[in-house]
Amino acid sequence: MSTPNTPSPATAILRTELRLFGREPGTLFWVMVSPTVLLVILGLIPSFREVSEDLGGRRVIDLYVPVSVLFALIMAGLQAMPPVLAGYRERGILRRLSTTPVRPMALLNAQIALHACAALVSSVLVIAVGRLAFGVALPGNPAGYVLALLLAVSGSLAVGAAVCAVSRTQKIATAVGSVVFFPTMFTAGVWVPVQAMPDTLQRIVGLTPFGAASEALDAAASGGGPGWAALGVMALWTAALTGASVRWFRWE
Amino acid sequence: MTAIEVRGLHKTYAGRKVVDGVSFEVGEGEIFGILGPNGAGKTTTVECVEGLRTPDEGRVRVCGHDPATERAALTRVLGVQLQESELQAKLTVREALDLYASFYERPADRHALAERLGLLPHLRTRFGKLSGGQKQRLFIALALLGDPRVVVLDELTTGLDPRARREVWSLVESIRDDGVTVLLVTHFMEEAQRLCDRIALLDQGRITALDTPEGLIGRAAAAKVISFAADTPLDPEALRALPEAVSVTVADGRTVVAGTDETVAAFVSLLARRGVTARQLRVTDATLDDAYLDLTGADLR
Repeated sequence: MSTPNTPSPATAILRTELRLFGREPGTLFWVMVSPTVLLVILGLIPSFREVSEDLGGRRVIDLYVPVSVLFALIMAGLQAMPPVLAGYRERGILRRLSTTPVRPMALLNAQIALHACAALVSSVLVIAVGRLAFGVALPGNPAGYVLALLLAVSGSLAVGAAVCAVSRTQKIATAVGSVVFFPTMFTAGVWVPVQAMPDTLQRIVGLTPFGAASEALDAAASGGGPGWAALGVMALWTAALTGASVRWFRWE
Repeated sequence: MTAIEVRGLHKTYAGRKVVDGVSFEVGEGEIFGILGPNGAGKTTTVECVEGLRTPDEGRVRVCGHDPATERAALTRVLGVQLQESELQAKLTVREALDLYASFYERPADRHALAERLGLLPHLRTRFGKLSGGQKQRLFIALALLGDPRVVVLDELTTGLDPRARREVWSLVESIRDDGVTVLLVTHFMEEAQRLCDRIALLDQGRITALDTPEGLIGRAAAAKVISFAADTPLDPEALRALPEAVSVTVADGRTVVAGTDETVAAFVSLLARRGVTARQLRVTDATLDDAYLDLTGADLR
């Protein structure tokens, strides 16, 4: 216990939060496993593995790899993170930290980094299972895909941070998270892939953070550029929501 | 040397004066109590000492550091146990100690602390599974991890059973024996009387009395309480006429007279003069409880 070399506070906090994350089986399932399960269930439907003329010669399962990736980001950023942060505030954990040499911001940073990593790992798992089980081609434009994915992760964490900032208690954070959850699921194309939506709807959805993410990921997956317009929409949302969170977040 | 200095402290929330001109000094190695009913401004006062709130007006120093502006220096000398604060439910005792030790440049020896606070058998227990007393012992350990010169303990024993409370009291005494200054916030009379060298009585944001526990009791008008059952009832008027008698009450055949040593002496000669036998006669010292009621006119509970 009394090792002379103690890690830096930031490292110690991140390590602790990672351990605690691993002790939440529900969160682990929804963030790390359920997106891949969604993909596998859809992939088991034979017609989804057949080439469709309506989708420009692609298969439904091809479209659902980016959708499942977005599902992972929604789970991490919107469903998992806000209740944890709101709970830390509600139970005085942030306040307790601010009486030590470490600032409570360090705990928020660790939580954000942790959920970003969880979302990315879950995404890689989805892409790998899509490739191995259903022969979904790896992204044709890897650099563009990574760029779009990183922006999408920032966007979902910014939405989660904003949910936390406007919610006074953990219960409210969970409730607000659920309310925001359905529109984000819809705009991410979980029920109907964005590419299969009518034109007008597609254009509107393209202005939302997850709709834009869906467009960018789909374009980069097919080998094209992720599209500056979509990247710009995501960047704008991330900046606006981060600003709002910083402005409205209360430490107690 | 002065460990804590608070001078002319004012704090207003939403137009309500919560702390209204509080001043006190705590000497090094002292256990100083802040006692008062809920809403008296106790927690707000110590939050200004802890640097969690900025005073509207007034001067606060902890070992010479201003909590509002010298955060880094403050956290090196001050350890804190907060009222109603928790830890992550699935964090174990050992992990909590390791985590908080990493915050300090020269942390105290965790193993020795855990041993002293009786936490060694619970190192693998998660915070959420600890009993109330174990949680408070862990919070004391966390407050001491930075090897502070001053600790603030806020409502330390609220919600603990009497045995756990007594255990925690001995711990507080042992902290002081190590030379650490203790600022203790409480609404338990017994706790303040047992632990504190000096007590500030706080009521509606002001200090109404500041003295040693004995001094406060002595200051109260009724320092002695006589209670007895008499064969032939004594005339209450005669009792009230006793020197320095404060109150006389008769209930269920027992008579209770509050007063001072003078009252007791006069009472004994009154019995002798009237030839009355007082059964189950008891003369007790007033408690801090009585003194509190007397000095503030407010009911603590």
